[in-house]
Amino acid sequence: MNKALMKGNEALALAAIHAGCKFYAGYPITPQNEIPEYMSRTLPAWGGAFVQAESEIAAINMVFGASACGARAMTSSSSPGISLKQEGISFLAGAELPAVIVNMQRGGPGLGNISASQADYFQAVKGGGHGDYRLLVLAPFTVQEIWDLTMLAFDKADEYRNPVMILGDSILGQMMEPFIPTPYMKPALPEKTWALNGCAGRQPNVVKSLFVGEGELEEKNYVLQDKYRRMKAKDVRFQTQDIEDAELIVVSFGIAARISTEAVSMLRKTGKRVGHFRPITLFPFPEKQIHDLARRGAKFIAVELNAGQMVEDVRLAVNGKSEVLFYGRPGGGVITPEELYDRLKDEC
Amino acid sequence: MNAKDVKVEKTVEKARSLKNVPFRYCPGCGHTIIHRLIAEVIDELNIRERTIGIAPVGCAVFAYDYFNFDMLEAAHGRPPAAATGMKRTLPDKIVFSYQGDGDLAAIGTGEIIHAANRGENITVFFVNNATYGMTGGQMAPTTLPGQVTTTTHVGREINTTGYPLRMSEMLATIEGAALIARTAVDSPENIRNAKKLIEKAFKYQIEDKGFSMIEILSPCPTNWGMTPARAAIWLREEMMHYYKLGVFKDNPTDSQNQTKSSGVSAVMRSL
Ligand SMILES: Cc1ncc(C[n+]2csc(CCOP(=O)(O)OP(=O)(O)O)c2C)c(N)n1
Ligand code: SF4
Ligand SMILES: [Mg+2]
Repeated sequence: MNKALMKGNEALALAAIHAGCKFYAGYPITPQNEIPEYMSRTLPAWGGAFVQAESEIAAINMVFGASACGARAMTSSSSPGISLKQEGISFLAGAELPAVIVNMQRGGPGLGNISASQADYFQAVKGGGHGDYRLLVLAPFTVQEIWDLTMLAFDKADEYRNPVMILGDSILGQMMEPFIPTPYMKPALPEKTWALNGCAGRQPNVVKSLFVGEGELEEKNYVLQDKYRRMKAKDVRFQTQDIEDAELIVVSFGIAARISTEAVSMLRKTGKRVGHFRPITLFPFPEKQIHDLARRGAKFIAVELNAGQMVEDVRLAVNGKSEVLFYGRPGGGVITPEELYDRLKDEC
Repeated sequence: MNAKDVKVEKTVEKARSLKNVPFRYCPGCGHTIIHRLIAEVIDELNIRERTIGIAPVGCAVFAYDYFNFDMLEAAHGRPPAAATGMKRTLPDKIVFSYQGDGDLAAIGTGEIIHAANRGENITVFFVNNATYGMTGGQMAPTTLPGQVTTTTHVGREINTTGYPLRMSEMLATIEGAALIARTAVDSPENIRNAKKLIEKAFKYQIEDKGFSMIEILSPCPTNWGMTPARAAIWLREEMMHYYKLGVFKDNPTDSQNQTKSSGVSAVMRSL
């Protein structure tokens, strides 16, 4: 198959369209503007609707409406805009509606800056908005993976009836690299019998996140928790490099993983027993796999473009079985492979 | 006359678009009447099976318990955004939002203005009761000057809280809006008028004419601290004095097609 050459953001938009996205709403914010721009140009020709919303709040609520009608729907933004969407994301989770939400992270807090960052990790994997809910969070690290995981995001959202977040960053969104635009193959998924599309020939459907009956909300929450457990049981994704004999394992995702794999390869060439572990799903987090490696005696170092967020999940997974270190640079700082090489060379 | 000779005829039927459950709104609450009017119009237009309603956050949050067709419960103030997502996805369905004054005129001002401006082919019912009913009677953006609420103990002071917003007048200035009108449910005459406007608004949507909003002045006896009868008088004498009933915009052009298909607005075409 011929390769394509596209920016991460554009590949994401096109993959969404191929995966049957029929509704997109967004509000401009750098570094993800290519997504709404691409959608506005291309989605209508594929029979979908594009709306430039008046705010990120409106955008997520448009997605809420479109998804409630049974359409595959997506919104995208970057950090400050994702903060604004949180109430709507919580409503999607509470109403058990599928949706794809893209965060091409930029530096924070506040207006921060537009350079690459991974400082929204907590917000993405711990819930983000109010209430006990989780998103399935996918962290691509190449344009190829942006293509593949965007398609997967729509399938998983429908499968679990839950919002799925694609957590990228400004480098991934902006960089251009070749990839194979694998055709989309839709898996067998349950019929959306709950969708609001007119009650002809059936009882009316209600889509809501309000449960005020005696014990009703608690029961709903157990249903949600059960769903998150199912994600943990069957949807953990990760990739490893040189971990078989590694004494030190670098754990990193997304763009930090690009940087880490290079540093790890450089160290391997000098004979260091170092490996790399890359979570692809940040929720569900590959805790069991990391725990097993810790029991084997490997030491870990989490490498992130933030002040230390995923490292907490690595520590929970390791659960005291070995040492967990951290190296990172907060909002706006980007680690170079050489810098990481220097930091790692004395740890193994 | 013998009792068995009396022929009982049903003169009033419950609308098919209402579920067979009793309303739980307070006695004298306008929401009850407005729900019934909407349901009757939907029955009469025979659109129940293609209608999707959106309940707000407010006393009418339970609208989905009463309306007998597909319903969404949206976040506070966001029904016009949700309606946009729905109507763009399913243009053949009839989509309406039902919103209070806190929902539409405070937290959701952005959404209502921009939905109107895009000329979304949706219908909005705006229930103005000059208070936040559900949260216990705090000041609303529509609370009248001098009106006592739980957050304006000495009456609304305009120098610190501003003037009540006249949403209909504001939205009537928006090019994309097709029908903007204000009515009330305080008297049989106004109730009949309200029903006519509700019907007209739905017809505009069916005919693809674009955005319409019907504002309905509605009593909240509980939070106004009045009997239902007194509340109707207060609505008539105080509210209607500030909020004039009438049709503020009626522009039956095909705004939907003009804005959606070519991106050229009705204004530009007429230049
Ligand atoms: C984001 C958010 N803020 C505040 C609330 C609390 N709240 C619920 S209803 C309401 C006001 C409702 O007033 P209105 O829209 O006028 O409806 P009414 O009850 O008067 O019909 C508020 C502030 C909420 N549910 N969500
Ligand atoms: S509090 Fe007011 S608006 Fe709410 S149900 Fe009672 S009368 Fe109606
Ligand atoms: Mg109110």
